[in-house]
Amino acid sequence: MISKIISFISGIIFGVGLSVSNMINPEKVLGFLDLFGQWDPSLIFVMIGAIIVSAPVFFLFRKKSKPLFADNFSIPTLKSIDKNLIIGSGTFGIGWGMVGFCPGPAISSLALLNTYSVFFVLSMLGGFLLIKLINGVIVSS
Amino acid sequence: MNVINFTPFSAFAGGIIIGLAVILFFIGNGRLAGVSGIVNNALVSKKNRTDNFLFIVGLVLGPIFYIFFTENNIPFFITSSLPIIIIAGFLVGIGTKVGKGCTSGNGICGISLLSLRSIIATITFMITAIITVKLIG
Repeated sequence: MISKIISFISGIIFGVGLSVSNMINPEKVLGFLDLFGQWDPSLIFVMIGAIIVSAPVFFLFRKKSKPLFADNFSIPTLKSIDKNLIIGSGTFGIGWGMVGFCPGPAISSLALLNTYSVFFVLSMLGGFLLIKLINGVIVSS
Repeated sequence: MNVINFTPFSAFAGGIIIGLAVILFFIGNGRLAGVSGIVNNALVSKKNRTDNFLFIVGLVLGPIFYIFFTENNIPFFITSSLPIIIIAGFLVGIGTKVGKGCTSGNGICGISLLSLRSIIATITFMITAIITVKLIG
């Protein structure tokens, strides 16, 4: 039960952070990606702020035997630098650069009741399902 | 290159708040707050489904709380056309699923864990995004 509350509050705090930094705003994100034009470096400060807080806590706390309200840590063990990583991340970047939305801000922006956010999120879910479908076909054949 | 609209203080403050969300989720539930993974799992997996849905609901409530308590507006502009929005959303879904992570999962959590995989993912999506903006912007 407590883990559910933690998930909920984590989501809220994350959404507040995206609002304070204005990363919820595609125009702000595109300003960062417009490196060769009118550049707005803000996004890198968001990442640095988040990493400064989380890196030391990850480093110290992952040595514990388990988290406070769950039985074990779920940290991805995948280490390989493979073609899926490069092709997937590269494809994500193209979509990100087209509009200025990545998954967190796109979901958070549903709060602003913008129709475009709804279409973006639905298309993103469609992308997830397509890959699940393709993976299913490959595994079963 | 001209630097414009730079808001270092609100960006850094927002980043710290996002970092607090990341460590709460980690210390409490032992999980990484990678949004693409959470949304994807809420959609396709039964494991932790309620937790994932609650995180997503929280993510949507965050801006509402921010507006309510600070009485600030959130600047928000999309200039893309609907077909571009749909294609972009699709590419973001496909890409984050195949590459196993987005800006939060690889860019924040993965880099904080000093994962080489995440560092390479982040450099890759930054490069393709910057090129995309250069080409269509």
